[in-house]
Amino acid sequence: MHKELEEYKGKLPDKLLEEIEEKCPAGKLKKVVAKVYEEYEQARVDPGEAVGLVAAESIGEPGTQMTLNTFHFAGVAEMNVTMGLPRIIEILDGRKEISTPMMEIYLKKPYNQGDGIKDVAEAIRQTPAGEFVEEFSINVVDMQIDVRLNKERMKTAGLTTAIVTKQLEKGLRDANVKVKDDDIILKLKSKDVKGLNELYALREKAKGVYVKGIKGITQVLPVKRKGEFIIITAGSNLEKVLELDFVDTERTTTNDINEILNVLGVEAARTSILNEIDKVTEAQGLNIDHRHIMLVADTMCASGCVKGITRYGVVSEKSSVLARASFETPIKHIVDAALVGEVDYLNSVVENVMLNQYVPIGTGLPGLVTRQIKKKE
Amino acid sequence: MAKDDTEETAEEPIVAVKADKKGTLQMPESAPKEVIPGLEGLETVKTEPAAKQDFSQIAFQQSIHKQVDSIVFGVLSPKFIKKMASAKIVTPELYDSEGYPVDGGLMDLRLGVIDPGLRCKTCGSRLKECIGHFGYIELARPIVHLKFIRVILTVLRGTCKECGRILIPKEKIAKSKELLDRIDKEEGLDSRRKAVHAIIEKLKTTAKCPHCNAKQEKIVIEKPTSFMEGERRLSPIEVRTRLEKVPDEDCEIFGLNTKSARPEWMILTVLAIPPVTMRPSITLETGERSEDDLTHKLGDVVRINQRLFENINAGAPEIIIEDLWDLLQYHVTTFFDNEVEQLPPARHRSGQPLKTLTERIKSKEGRIRHNLAGKRTNFCARTVISPDPRISINEVGVPKIMAMKLTIPEVVQPWNTEYLKKFIQRGPHIYPGANYVIRPDGRKKRITDETKEAAIEELQPGYVVERHLMDGDIAIFNRQPSLHRMSMMCHRVKVLPGRTLRLNPAVCAPYNADFDGDEMNLHIPQTEESRAEAEILMDVQTQIISPRYGLSIIGCIQDAISGNYLLTKNITKMPRHQAISLLISIGVTEFSRLPNKEEVSGNEVFATLLPEDFNFVGETKAHEPIVIKNGKITQGYMDEVTLGGEGSGFLLRNIHQRYGSQATIDILHKMFKLGAEVLMMTGFSSVISDTDLPQIAKEQVTTILDEAEAEVNALVASFNSGNIDAFPGRSRKETLELKILEVLNRTRNKAGAVVKENLNKSTDTAIMVASGARGNNLQLAQMAALVGQQALRGQRIHNGFRGRTLSCFKPGDLSPEAHGFIRSSFKKGLSPVEFFYGSITGRDSLMDTALRTPKSGYLYRRLANAMQDLKVEYDNTVRDATGKIVQFMYGEDGLDVSRTENGKIDVQRIIDTTE
Repeated sequence: MHKELEEYKGKLPDKLLEEIEEKCPAGKLKKVVAKVYEEYEQARVDPGEAVGLVAAESIGEPGTQMTLNTFHFAGVAEMNVTMGLPRIIEILDGRKEISTPMMEIYLKKPYNQGDGIKDVAEAIRQTPAGEFVEEFSINVVDMQIDVRLNKERMKTAGLTTAIVTKQLEKGLRDANVKVKDDDIILKLKSKDVKGLNELYALREKAKGVYVKGIKGITQVLPVKRKGEFIIITAGSNLEKVLELDFVDTERTTTNDINEILNVLGVEAARTSILNEIDKVTEAQGLNIDHRHIMLVADTMCASGCVKGITRYGVVSEKSSVLARASFETPIKHIVDAALVGEVDYLNSVVENVMLNQYVPIGTGLPGLVTRQIKKKE
Repeated sequence: MAKDDTEETAEEPIVAVKADKKGTLQMPESAPKEVIPGLEGLETVKTEPAAKQDFSQIAFQQSIHKQVDSIVFGVLSPKFIKKMASAKIVTPELYDSEGYPVDGGLMDLRLGVIDPGLRCKTCGSRLKECIGHFGYIELARPIVHLKFIRVILTVLRGTCKECGRILIPKEKIAKSKELLDRIDKEEGLDSRRKAVHAIIEKLKTTAKCPHCNAKQEKIVIEKPTSFMEGERRLSPIEVRTRLEKVPDEDCEIFGLNTKSARPEWMILTVLAIPPVTMRPSITLETGERSEDDLTHKLGDVVRINQRLFENINAGAPEIIIEDLWDLLQYHVTTFFDNEVEQLPPARHRSGQPLKTLTERIKSKEGRIRHNLAGKRTNFCARTVISPDPRISINEVGVPKIMAMKLTIPEVVQPWNTEYLKKFIQRGPHIYPGANYVIRPDGRKKRITDETKEAAIEELQPGYVVERHLMDGDIAIFNRQPSLHRMSMMCHRVKVLPGRTLRLNPAVCAPYNADFDGDEMNLHIPQTEESRAEAEILMDVQTQIISPRYGLSIIGCIQDAISGNYLLTKNITKMPRHQAISLLISIGVTEFSRLPNKEEVSGNEVFATLLPEDFNFVGETKAHEPIVIKNGKITQGYMDEVTLGGEGSGFLLRNIHQRYGSQATIDILHKMFKLGAEVLMMTGFSSVISDTDLPQIAKEQVTTILDEAEAEVNALVASFNSGNIDAFPGRSRKETLELKILEVLNRTRNKAGAVVKENLNKSTDTAIMVASGARGNNLQLAQMAALVGQQALRGQRIHNGFRGRTLSCFKPGDLSPEAHGFIRSSFKKGLSPVEFFYGSITGRDSLMDTALRTPKSGYLYRRLANAMQDLKVEYDNTVRDATGKIVQFMYGEDGLDVSRTENGKIDVQRIIDTTE
């Protein structure tokens, strides 16, 4: 780094210094840095600024302009994803189960060149046994189901009868699975089989047993993006996907924040919240400064895990009884506070509004202490 | 000038005086220097020695406040209830035959006063001075408190029925407690209670007490308020004795603080009677008294309680006593909460359910959200708004009748006595007059024609005159929904004739206001501090840059944009005298910057508004360059991108950066007027013929439409013959739909291009679009050529009959016109079918808005509630109210978004402007 810039290290954010170094001709570097520093100092936030409320406003206000229930249709061949307001609500709620989990799987070379991409994708997809079965024939005499497998399809998927049998055994607890020649025979374990209905039920269940792929990934779609092939999936399982050896673990992502939290930790979850909200606002053509979203993400993640902006999440963490009570379920909070003998020290905003007192934020923050001059009597 | 006079202003002196009597506020009249405990650094202290004695007295009275430091929550013990009560209630009667409150009744005078003229028997103060006092009733039999049943159950289940010890062996208690404290801290009280149970379950001590080996039985709640041990019902007496046995240290394991909540207190033996001031009765016009819901309920409680007493004393059979006991339990339960499941709500005679304690507190209309977190104020006004481009951007036009009701308190000083006397002389009916005079002791006196002279006579320093609102006074202007801080801004008052509030149309954007009947609110700050704060923090010019994205939100709109566009683009020559009259009409009288030529250009006229050393490089809406050098436009013209608001207006943003907010607002105001004046000079009107297309273009559009139709038909045909391959992850039908949709959207764009190409660009409608004042090319195309495909949730319209949208089509018809394609233009007019399609999407978007508003409102409320106490500390960290750090540096660089340019410091600009 330049000598002139060195001096401002720590005074100016690194990003700004880098930008100056990159764009500015060496000749006027000194002057430029000084000027940037001056402008930077002028644009700093004031202590006491209610940044939280400004962030809430900045996200809440354009919320009214967002569309409800739009599905993203970028290009013809991409998948449906919840966007717009419902998605924002979902993210900020910190939901464990999101409505449309989705992954973008980046691949290592040479897989990302497109050769055999379909097979790679298919290998990830969770496939039910039904897809590999030629025929389920119900044997009424022996009260069993004979399953004839489709060898060809199994071959392309790299499956053997043994694997299918094993998976079926796992999936069907109440049935005996046996191999006879190339067929699989399913028989109910319980002795008193009442009728065919139970066999039909067993057949339907057997059809749905997953024999291959990664749990949760229901659809795969190879897509060309920026000169390389990636796989977009419906359904998400970050942990298992990252274990695959052909996956580029650095760029592969999911839109399931909870999964990112579990696999990669809070910091990653926080970044993921940022990215996901950014995606929505961008798609809706809204301009919200990054800092506001950052603050929301940080409030959600400050405790070390992702807490939603709900009465069970962030709001329940508040120290003030009255602040919690003013949000939702006031009676519950007051009763619990009474049991514990909680003390409200009135150091946040609403309590003081309730008591008609100055709010410890902004201009209400500084206190003035003066020694009074004694009156000369 | 008047402002300087009042350095110490009245802060509701009336309240202050009263508060003193309540004992919540002390006014140290003799020794003002004394430090009140709990007031560390919070008292406002006069820093200067007073000039005259009279002032100092007033100043101290008004400026010393007591502050609540903390609030402790706890359960009232029977002992405490009796101690704090000032009356024991023994009779359900309210008034005697003379209508005087009965002693020992629910309206006992010792509980406070609600009738004017009477004095409180406890504190001796009058109506509105006495805050009321609690009473109590002795319950004949213990009653379970509804709100605590869950806790009672946990304690009952977790403790031994014989010895009252917790069902955890001695050696494991310490460890369990540690674990529970951690759960409590992390997940809250509810989880703790569950965890206690889980521990006991795990230790398998549920059946036998580890301390005294007594056998235990399972206890369940029989909703709503009984406990069952096995088959037997536990009476509240039994429950209470068991709870009494639980030692303090065991209670703590359950998370109870025995200082504030002993478990046996949750079974009531005495009931606190709330003061009458919180349940006042209303006297109807007929002279009849109508009691509050709470009084009704308490009457029931007292009546049944008395009957229960009598029956017990008379030795009535157990069944009767049990019944009465249950009835009493019901009444006490509904007194606390009248919406309990499994209990019929107590009702008025009319059948409407009573509103008891819980209903009073909770929900949006409850005490907390309605009265505590939200306040009502005086000195505010509301009416319809209308535009007035002639008043300044930071002004608000106030109707004279409003100005005569809204007042500003001005403290009388020796140097303004005469000035204020004139106001009193004019009185309340002649503007500008005064409505009230407030004496130093806080007494408020109305000025009437009769009292005028006396008031003037009496007036001396220390008095306060509430004078009418005048030009230049400070007001806070607001439009709901107040979604961001720009929804409440500080304006200067301008008293105008008429009956509407007037505002400059340039501030419509931040308020999101229009004039189709919108109403807005006006608040007049009453103290010097609030006025100063409003001026410094809320003034319109301080809010030009939105903190949401760091770009200007206030800018030129509509006529101001098209006017300046015309001026700078189309008017290349105008006689100098005309330019001068134009400038005079917008209030510019300095013409030295206008070139001394016979004829000047529009650019030159516009440039006179810019600062002389202003440089700017930018782009127009059509991506043509604009260059301004030393305050002169050397290239380009003005349009929405340079002058507009709401995320554009880069020229204004630049002026703001260099010359500050005040200069920006001045220049903006002049630009705004200039734009409007130009249009008045040239004339500007939108005509239907503006969207007429030449014959060739019409034919082109028709060809495009026919081609599209043919293309779609071809697609459908190939679909039917099975020649369409499905896209990955989609069915063939879906693929067809996507392809059709793509074709039809392309058609509209093509037609739009034709329209853009062929439409007369000099018409006023086209100018509006080109300048960005209103409308866009798509809307133009919809008027001139075709409306296009109506999309419902990203698809063509498929709803309706089976296989078709309307019965005039054949089932399975996939052609454009059968699925929502409108090939007519708005000007030509829509066919009935097309109109119907338009209505479908119209209704859908209406529904969308209606459903979205409450959803986004709730999201906003949650966000605001969760983040309202985050603030930047003096060390630049962002912390919450408890001091927990959320960010070490706000936004990672500590920049205030409203002071940046689109969230950034524009390094490139600095490099370019540095020599």
